[in-house]
Amino acid sequence: MSESRSRRNFLKSAAALGAAVPAGVAAQSKPAPHADHDKQHAQHMRAAAASARPYMFLSQAEVAFLDAAVSHLIPKDELGPGAKEAGVTYFIDQQLFGGYGTMAKKYTQGPWPEGTPQQGYQSPLTPAAVYRAGIRDTNEYCKKTYSKTFDALTRAQQDEVLKGLDGGKIELEQVRSQFFFNMLLNNTVEGFFADPVYGGNRDKAGWKLVGFPGVAAVYTPFIEKHNVPYKAQPVSIADITGKVAQVDEHGHPIHVMLDDNGHPLSSRAQRGTS
Amino acid sequence: MATKLKPVDVVTIGVGLTGTILAKELADTGLKVVGIERGRWRDTDPDFAMPGVHDELKYVRDKELMQDLSKETITFRNAMSDTALPMRQLGSFLPGEGVGGAAVHWGGLTWRFLPWDFETKSQTLARYGANQVSDECTMQDWGVTYKELEPHFNRFEYLYGVSGKAGNLQGKIIPGGNPFEGVRSQEYPNPPLKTAYSSAMFKQAVEKMGYKPFPVPTAANSRAYKNEYGATIQACVYCGYCQFFACEMGAKASPQTAVLPALMKSPNYELRTLCNVVKINLDSDKKRAVSVTYVDSRGREFEQPADLILLTSYVLNNTRLMLLSGIGKPYDPASNTGVVGRNYAYQTPSSVTCFFEDKNFNSFMGAGGLGVAIDEFNGDNFDHSGLGFIGGGFIQAGSNGARPIEIRPVPQGTPRWGGEWKKAVSKYFNRNFSITIQGACQSYRGNYLDLDPTYRDAYGLPLLRMTFDRRENETKMSVWLTNKAAEIAKAIGPSKMNVNPRTGKYTIVPYQSTHNTGGTVMGADPATSVVNKYLQSWDVHNLFVVGAGNFPQNGGYNPTGTVGALTYQALEAIKTKYLKKPGALV
Repeated sequence: MSESRSRRNFLKSAAALGAAVPAGVAAQSKPAPHADHDKQHAQHMRAAAASARPYMFLSQAEVAFLDAAVSHLIPKDELGPGAKEAGVTYFIDQQLFGGYGTMAKKYTQGPWPEGTPQQGYQSPLTPAAVYRAGIRDTNEYCKKTYSKTFDALTRAQQDEVLKGLDGGKIELEQVRSQFFFNMLLNNTVEGFFADPVYGGNRDKAGWKLVGFPGVAAVYTPFIEKHNVPYKAQPVSIADITGKVAQVDEHGHPIHVMLDDNGHPLSSRAQRGTS
Repeated sequence: MATKLKPVDVVTIGVGLTGTILAKELADTGLKVVGIERGRWRDTDPDFAMPGVHDELKYVRDKELMQDLSKETITFRNAMSDTALPMRQLGSFLPGEGVGGAAVHWGGLTWRFLPWDFETKSQTLARYGANQVSDECTMQDWGVTYKELEPHFNRFEYLYGVSGKAGNLQGKIIPGGNPFEGVRSQEYPNPPLKTAYSSAMFKQAVEKMGYKPFPVPTAANSRAYKNEYGATIQACVYCGYCQFFACEMGAKASPQTAVLPALMKSPNYELRTLCNVVKINLDSDKKRAVSVTYVDSRGREFEQPADLILLTSYVLNNTRLMLLSGIGKPYDPASNTGVVGRNYAYQTPSSVTCFFEDKNFNSFMGAGGLGVAIDEFNGDNFDHSGLGFIGGGFIQAGSNGARPIEIRPVPQGTPRWGGEWKKAVSKYFNRNFSITIQGACQSYRGNYLDLDPTYRDAYGLPLLRMTFDRRENETKMSVWLTNKAAEIAKAIGPSKMNVNPRTGKYTIVPYQSTHNTGGTVMGADPATSVVNKYLQSWDVHNLFVVGAGNFPQNGGYNPTGTVGALTYQALEAIKTKYLKKPGALV
C-alpha cells in the first residue's frame, strides 16, 4: 500500500470517527487549533444527545458557523423558511457523517495533483475533511480580519466573507476557498430540497417554496391539463412508510389537492380525474 | 490461482441491454449461456419499489444505480499534452452497474440513426468535398447501411415496445411522423405518449415556421404492451422520476421488463452476479479466445472457458478489456495507426431555457423522452455548404420530470444564492421549460482511449484513459443549432431565455449525457476498425464486441435504438453464419 493510500485510509477513518476527532487532525496540515475544542465538543455532544436529532459529525462551533452561513445562502424571508430553519445544518451533519462525507463509491487513490477545472474533484480531502478545514480556515480569516469568528459577525460582514469565498478573493490555507464554498452551496441546496428523511427540508419548506409535490402520484390524468397548476400537499417517503399518506395499488401517494389559498380541498374526489 | 470451470458454449461479459438479448436468443437455440455481471441482481420488485425509488438525493446525487468508482473509474484529460487524472466522482456521463446496466436508469429515447449517419464519410466527401472537415477528423463509414439494419431496428422497437409515430412507412411520408427518418417497414408498436404543455407550445411554433414536428420515440410505453417474449411492459404514469431512476411501474423498457423475465426461466442460461471479468484469455497463436477470467465477490478467481465470447459491457469497459487482454492493436494517435481505442466520440448537447411569468408547466411531471421534436437540422438534412461543419442534431421540447436538487433553472444574471436566487427559483420552478438539442460529435485523431500509466483499479489493473475534447466542427455546429432553437424560442415568446450553446473545453464535471461512443469501432477495413460489419473481432473470430463502442462517430440522436439494432445485426450473423461455420465472417 502506498504512503498516500495509507494517509487516505487514515483520513477516512478520521472522518468516520466524526466529531470525536479534533478538527485539526482530520484537516491534517496544521497543529490542533483550540485547546478548548475538545471540552466544548464534549458539552455539545451531551447537549445533542439530549435532543431527538443529535449531531454526529459537526462540533458546536461548526454548527454555529453553518447555521450562520446557510442562512445567507437561502435566507428566511416573506416567501418562507430559509435553509437554517429547514434543518440544512443538520442535513449536512448527517451527510458528512455518512457515505457522502467519506467519499463512498468515489475513487480515492492518489496521486492528487490539483488538475484542471475540466478534470473535476481532485482533492485528497474527503468532503468531511473539506468542511473541517474550510470552517476552521474561514474562522481564522474572520478572527484576523474582524477579531471574531464567522458566526459572531454582523450579517453584512458575513455576507462579505461568503462573497469573498465564492469569488475566490479570500485565500484559505488548507482548501481552495471556491472549492469549499461550492461544496457548501451544493449541500445547502441539497439539504433544502432532498426528501425530509435526510433531516433537511423540514416541514417540506423547500418543496413548498417551489411547488414540488415530492413523491409523485400517477399524473396520467393531469399531464395534458395544460397551464393548470397542480397544487398538492407534498408527500415525503416517511409519509408513506409511516402511513400518513394514502397510496394507490402501485404505492403512489394519493395527493391531497390544495385550493388557491393553500388549504386542502375537502374531498379526494376533488383531485379530479379526466 | 484461478479455478478452471466446466466449459460452456457462450459467455456474455456484462448483463445489460445487449447481453440480455444475445443471451436469450442464443440460449433459445440450445446453447449453454453464462452471463457474467460485475454488479448485483436488481429487479422492479423489490429494488425499484415505491416509495423509496422517488428519492432524488439517493438516485441523482449519490447515483445509486451507477458505477462504483471506488473500484474502477477512468482517467481523463482534454489533450495529449495534459496529464490525465482520475474521474473521482461521476458527472458528465453515468455508466450503470448491476443487472440491466445503464438500461435501468436510461431516459428511454429510442431513435434510429439516419441513413446518412452510417455513411458519414462517403456522403460528406461526395456532397461537400474533403475541405468540409479538418484533416484531423477521422470520420468513417460504418461498413453497414441503414437498409441492412432496418429489420433490426424494427425488431428492437417491438421488443422494447417503443411509443412513437412513423414518418416514412415503406417509402410513404406519413403526416405527424418524422419525414427525415429512413424508410421503415412497420409503424411503432405503441402510439405516442401524451403531449406536455411545453411540447404543445413548441409544436405550434415550429409548425408556423414550416417545420415538421413529431413525437419523440421513447421506450416509456404509452400503454401496457406484451412483447415477443411474453413480457408485459406497463403503461407510463408520467411520474417524472425516469432518467437516473429505475421505473417502479415497469413501464420504461429495460432488460428487467422486456427480456429477463423470459431469460431467467431458460434452462440454458446461468447468471453470475458480483463477478468482474478482468481478462479475456487467448490461445497461443492469439487467434481464438478460450476463456474469461473473473473475480467474484469473495475474491475468488475463476476461469470460464467458452466457445463464443460476447463483450457486452459498457462502451468504456469494452475497450478496456480489449486493451487489458491484448486483443487488437492499440491505437497510436502519433502515427494514426492501430485500432483499439480509436475514434472515441461523445455528444454535443445544448439548450435554450424559456422562462414565463404567467404560464405553469407542472415541470415535475413527465417521462423519459416525453417530447416533440424536429429533425430539419440533423445529420445532412440541411445544406452545410459554407457552414464550416458537418452533422447536426434533433431539437425538442418536452417534460422529463424536474426535481429541485437537479433541475431548477433561473434566468441568466440571477445570483447563485441569497434572497434573489430564492425568489427566482420559487417563481420559475414550474414556469420554465427547455428546448434541447442532441448535437452530434465527430471523431478526431487526438480523441482516443488507452490505458493509464499511473492510476489503477481495485485489482491493480490500469484504468482506462480518456483523451477528449470537442473541436471547431462541434462548436460551430452547436452555436448554429442553438441559434435555430433560440429562433423557435422567440416565436414561442418567453419573458426571458437562457441560450446555452456548447462551447469551450469539454469538462467532465457537469452531466451531459451517457452517450460515449467509439473505441471498438466497426468498419469494412481492419486498419481502421476493431470489428467487422457483424461486430466480430478482426483478430479473434470467436469474440463479438457489441455496443455504442462500435459507432465510428456519434450522430445527433441518443444512441440506444442504434445499439439495439447492432445487437440484432451481430445476433443474426452469429445464428445464421457463425454457428454453422465458426471462423472469420469477412
